[in-house]
Amino acid sequence: MAESLFNRLGGEAAVNAAVDVFYRKVLNDHRINRFFTNSDMDKQIAKQRAFLTMAFGGPNSYTGKDMRTAHAKLVDIGLNEDHFNAVMEHLGATLTELKVPADLIAEAAAIAESTRNDVLGR
Amino acid sequence: MTTIIFNGKKYRHQTNETVLDTLLKADIQIPNGCREGVCQSCLMRSLDAVPPSLSQKGLKESLQLQKFFLACRCNPEQDMAVALPEHELANITAIVSHKEALSVDIMRFVLSFQEPFQFFAGQFVNLTRFDGLTRSYSIANLPGQDNILEFHIKRLPFGRFSSWAHNDLKPGTALKVSEAKGSCHYLLGKSGQPMLLIGTGSGLAPLAGIINDALSNNHQAPIKLYHGSSEPKGLYLVDEMRSLAKTYHNFDYNPCVSLAKATDSFKQGRAHDVALADTPNLSGWRVYLCGHPEMVQQSKMSAYLKGASLNDIYADAFYTTPG
Repeated sequence: MAESLFNRLGGEAAVNAAVDVFYRKVLNDHRINRFFTNSDMDKQIAKQRAFLTMAFGGPNSYTGKDMRTAHAKLVDIGLNEDHFNAVMEHLGATLTELKVPADLIAEAAAIAESTRNDVLGR
Repeated sequence: MTTIIFNGKKYRHQTNETVLDTLLKADIQIPNGCREGVCQSCLMRSLDAVPPSLSQKGLKESLQLQKFFLACRCNPEQDMAVALPEHELANITAIVSHKEALSVDIMRFVLSFQEPFQFFAGQFVNLTRFDGLTRSYSIANLPGQDNILEFHIKRLPFGRFSSWAHNDLKPGTALKVSEAKGSCHYLLGKSGQPMLLIGTGSGLAPLAGIINDALSNNHQAPIKLYHGSSEPKGLYLVDEMRSLAKTYHNFDYNPCVSLAKATDSFKQGRAHDVALADTPNLSGWRVYLCGHPEMVQQSKMSAYLKGASLNDIYADAFYTTPG
């Protein structure tokens, strides 16, 4: 069996490196940072870590329902397609910056993309 | 086969098992998630042996030093006593040996102790008086100095513990001291990493300890301290810090006062505003933040946005207890 995406990306070390770069990009983006600042910074970082672990094909137990529930309040205050696209953009830019090969970035992006409808509550 | 000790009970640990396996098999509830060393839900702490390095991968260095580890990645080759992270070690008793005013509202207390006690300068403990009233205070001195602990206690307007300490706590009085807690301390082996330390009020206590620790360990990179107060009279240890800055060319001391015009002896502005304006790029820096909770939260975010890595930001917010 081929090695998992998570291992090919470098496992937990990759998540650690990516969370630092990714969350900084998100906070510096005025289009979306309001969705990421209204709670404790440590809690936010834990959430970003969980998101990246999932996008990297790593061990996680998210269900579509969890994704819906977790983002419902944000949808109420206006979370939409454009915001989701912005996050996807930062995910790609983060991995490019960390010199991840394009085919692996595409795999991770596809996993993140698969949550779109649940995140946006559709 | 080795033995894992949890809550005083012994469990047989098979060669190919992790500590998490051993404890779950014995029906002990240990929080866990991915079981691959990623989610860090199964964080535990060794009470004796140094955990295998694989089980500490990805943890903050300060947690590694305090022997925290991930149970799902831990397959120890020797016996190990383990505990959940919130587990408290036993209190010790310490006796007040010295009391001295440092500023209008901050008092230095030195306590001496006999029992074995491990700490790093900058960590905090809970101090408990005769009737059980307990407050957290940071340790301002280095270990290995004659079994003493130094604290800087700020008098709060309605602070029950701090008012009592200022008015009535006399040399000779015994206090209970909890184990030393927290990640706010110096790390050995990083002598080339520049350090930024920002503190308000008695937030200088842990920072002074960390600075002395760094300098006595021959830290090479720049160390910049910003200590803030609303008024000039709130600054303290000014002479000590100035004299350190004279002795060590890599140590830079910046007292800041928010409600007075700058003079030769201090800068105007809130300590974190001045500090962050002075250092536009914090990429590669280690940052320590101690004192007012709002200052700590804001600075944490700003330091991160200026490039400091999340694992290099150490914060200790001083929350006050109402009443």
